[in-house]
Amino acid sequence: MSAAAATPAPVAVRPPLWRRLIGFNLLTAVVLGVGGYYLGWFVGHQISSPTFVYEEATNENDVALLLAYLFGVAGFLIGMGFANYPVMRLLGRPPSLREKEEQGISRYFGLCTDHKVVGMQYLIGIGVFFFVGGLNALLIRTELLHDTPTFVGPNQYLSLVGMHGSMMMGMLTSAILGPFANYFVPILIGARRMAFPRIESLTFWLLMAAGFILVSTIFFGGFPTGWTGYEPLNNEAVMGMDSYIIFFALVGVSMALLGLNMLATIITMRAPGMTWSRLPIFVWSVFATAILMVLAAPVLIATLTMAALDRTIGTTFFVAGGGGSSYLFENLFWFFGHPEVYVLALPGFGIVLELLPVFTRKPLWGYRLAVSGMLGVTLLSFLVWQHHLFVSGINADLRPFYMLSTEIISIPTGFIFLCVIGTLWRGRATFAVPMLFCLAWGFNFLIGGVSGVFLSDTPSDTDTHGSFFVMAHFHYTIMGGLVFTFFAAIYYWIPKMTGLRLNERLGKWHFWSMFISFNSTFLPLFALGMKGMPRRVSSYAPDLHGLNVWVSISAFVLGFSMLIFLFNVVYSLIFVRQRAERNPWHSKSIEWQLPSPVPVNDFEQIPTFDNDPYPYGSPSPPHIGDTAPAPAGG
Amino acid sequence: MGEPNHLRRLTLIWLIATLVVTPLVVIFVGPIMPPGNASEQSAGHVTDNTVLLGMATPVLLLLLIYLAYAVIFFRQPQGAVLEGPQLRGDTRIQTAWIVVTSLMVLVLAVYGSVRLLADNGAGSGSGPSPVAKPSGPKLPVQVIAQQWEFTYRYPTYGGVETPHLELPRGQMVELHVTSLDVIHSFWAIQLGVKADANPQVDNIAFVKPTDLGRFEVRCSELCGIWHGQMFDYGHVVTPAAFQQWIHQQQVIYAPVTKELPPYKTTYLPEPTRRGE
Repeated sequence: MSAAAATPAPVAVRPPLWRRLIGFNLLTAVVLGVGGYYLGWFVGHQISSPTFVYEEATNENDVALLLAYLFGVAGFLIGMGFANYPVMRLLGRPPSLREKEEQGISRYFGLCTDHKVVGMQYLIGIGVFFFVGGLNALLIRTELLHDTPTFVGPNQYLSLVGMHGSMMMGMLTSAILGPFANYFVPILIGARRMAFPRIESLTFWLLMAAGFILVSTIFFGGFPTGWTGYEPLNNEAVMGMDSYIIFFALVGVSMALLGLNMLATIITMRAPGMTWSRLPIFVWSVFATAILMVLAAPVLIATLTMAALDRTIGTTFFVAGGGGSSYLFENLFWFFGHPEVYVLALPGFGIVLELLPVFTRKPLWGYRLAVSGMLGVTLLSFLVWQHHLFVSGINADLRPFYMLSTEIISIPTGFIFLCVIGTLWRGRATFAVPMLFCLAWGFNFLIGGVSGVFLSDTPSDTDTHGSFFVMAHFHYTIMGGLVFTFFAAIYYWIPKMTGLRLNERLGKWHFWSMFISFNSTFLPLFALGMKGMPRRVSSYAPDLHGLNVWVSISAFVLGFSMLIFLFNVVYSLIFVRQRAERNPWHSKSIEWQLPSPVPVNDFEQIPTFDNDPYPYGSPSPPHIGDTAPAPAGG
Repeated sequence: MGEPNHLRRLTLIWLIATLVVTPLVVIFVGPIMPPGNASEQSAGHVTDNTVLLGMATPVLLLLLIYLAYAVIFFRQPQGAVLEGPQLRGDTRIQTAWIVVTSLMVLVLAVYGSVRLLADNGAGSGSGPSPVAKPSGPKLPVQVIAQQWEFTYRYPTYGGVETPHLELPRGQMVELHVTSLDVIHSFWAIQLGVKADANPQVDNIAFVKPTDLGRFEVRCSELCGIWHGQMFDYGHVVTPAAFQQWIHQQQVIYAPVTKELPPYKTTYLPEPTRRGE
């Protein structure tokens, strides 16, 4: 394969500025994106006819907005250069196999087929939207300082709730797979690239377009449904709802492609000796997550397409008055939605189990158990979705089954806990920042899991369903499970990705302030839910005021802890710029045997493996991989 | 090695903690668990929550104690760079773990299912034809949700519809929850009742109030901008007071009742499209 062959960097002569501005790059993409947007808007208004009933009466045109978004995204991607490869192929010309891998800083702003560049792009892109989502959360908590809506008002409040939820549930599906799996999965399995490098880049730019579209909802009145987008509220909402529909559909496309790419890479591109039983556990978690993404995301896309048709051409999939059913949307949404929450949780399991051996200086305990736990969760997560609908009256006779399947899923999740227990057992732990975040995962996910027992029990769920109790539960599992491990991965791998060190002391400040304020924010929410506070309300019973103020203040401290992190990143990576050692954690995994940052071609030769990456505790560790790194640079 | 017997120490600490903490939790925290004892269903929920707490406490303690123990004892000695022991798994421990967690899950699921069926749906919305129905006379009350209020219709009292909810104490009530527009959820907090209101769906929940007094009703499914303001209060009164009150309502709302559509389990919803 010529694609895998290393091509040395040619010494490029920099063309003049005007020549560099014209071409397939971010500038062209934005110009074509805006152009496509207005073209879609125009076409939408031309084809709208009186059969699209509500346009004249409300001065809103969903057809135009949906087309504007679609054309805009298409223009953006064409401008980025994603059409070049297929067009070249159609014309019979030989396309370039590796694109823009050698161009210094500008490759981070365009289509680049280097998986390490895409990883860095994801890290920053997702980071930006994570902060936007977090800011929404702080505005929500500011509103809840009062028991009646006084700060932003009920309409903006719901938009904030919807944006916060969608941002976190949509963009963060790729929080670990985007940056860390794209960056490290090829290296960990001994490959030089992903199976589909262009698709890899496409998933990132699709996700960025999606995030931008979600934020643009504020220009169209926001949307009132929260991240679940329930019908028929969805159908009666203003145009801002279309932003949600396109946003989540694009996230779905991005997820499905990302998942396919990961599966193809892990199945076909493992280096000699990298057998399934030597695969690092993080790669296994990516594998399991990718299966979920590929199988669940298309359901979401189909559901949203139906919702869009209901909103535009007058179909009635979800409109009770026209023969449709609001149950149908709930059913389809949660068939996607429950695997989706494991898309968020599983990579966290992988990170914890990957990092614990390094910091306890022990092999991973119960490798096969961990793998079967992850695959078990993957399988079972498709069989539990109606526990979100225990009180809805849908298939009420089946509730004992869903109660059972929901509780059964705690068995494979328990495997992960047993592996954590076993790996910690008699270990020689050191408590660097990534290790602290992993241990915090143990605490948080435990609280999240135990509270889940109350939610899975139908009689008990009658009280807690739709209340702040649920909110607390999934913040413990998703924020406590995903975001904490996301930070663990950042502190662990940033030295490899950038070649620079993050300040350890600031990292510890960040960890402790985040861990304490996180618990101080979300533990009281269990009590609030049990005392009768429903989710997504902008006013609540006056006797819950004190507790809400406590939660809001804790949330502000939590927001402040993120500023410590941001300060650390800016301070350490931009001002201090202290070189990191090649292997600061003394890890035996293959990525740490390469120079930091990893050179463009990863390895000079494809490595061969004859062991798993956990030969800790052995006096003469076996040979794990022939890395022979390429010379640094590029 | 000179290592202490960690397993024995941990087991001892955990056993003592479990034996001390679990009864305390069950005795002191259990009874104050929401939603209280205002109805047979909510009292049942308190029992369920207590049982679940009692089962969860040992598990929670096991992992918390282990995490704390690991952080204190399984660490690198100051200044050393030792490797840990090369342990890669233990079939007996793994099998035991799987068996124990499976048994717990089975117990939980059986307990939950039995309680759900024995308590006639435990106050939850159980769809148009619930499998478990209480025997004996029932008072049907229809809960009609719309943006953004609940109204209540009493089919056995001439189909009168009122914005107030009063229920007689000691009487099994059959709530028929439906919606005229979007999805709402009828949550009578102290009664332990929650049932989603879907358009064109008759969602039935059973509740038998046992205590006199006021209870809170809130919408617990996002239904638009005034979702948070969609709440009111209901009252549980004596049967005699209920008779008096309902006849009063029939008189007050007589002109409205004439105009209402005849009582049905669901009503064709208003169009939810904008501009129609």
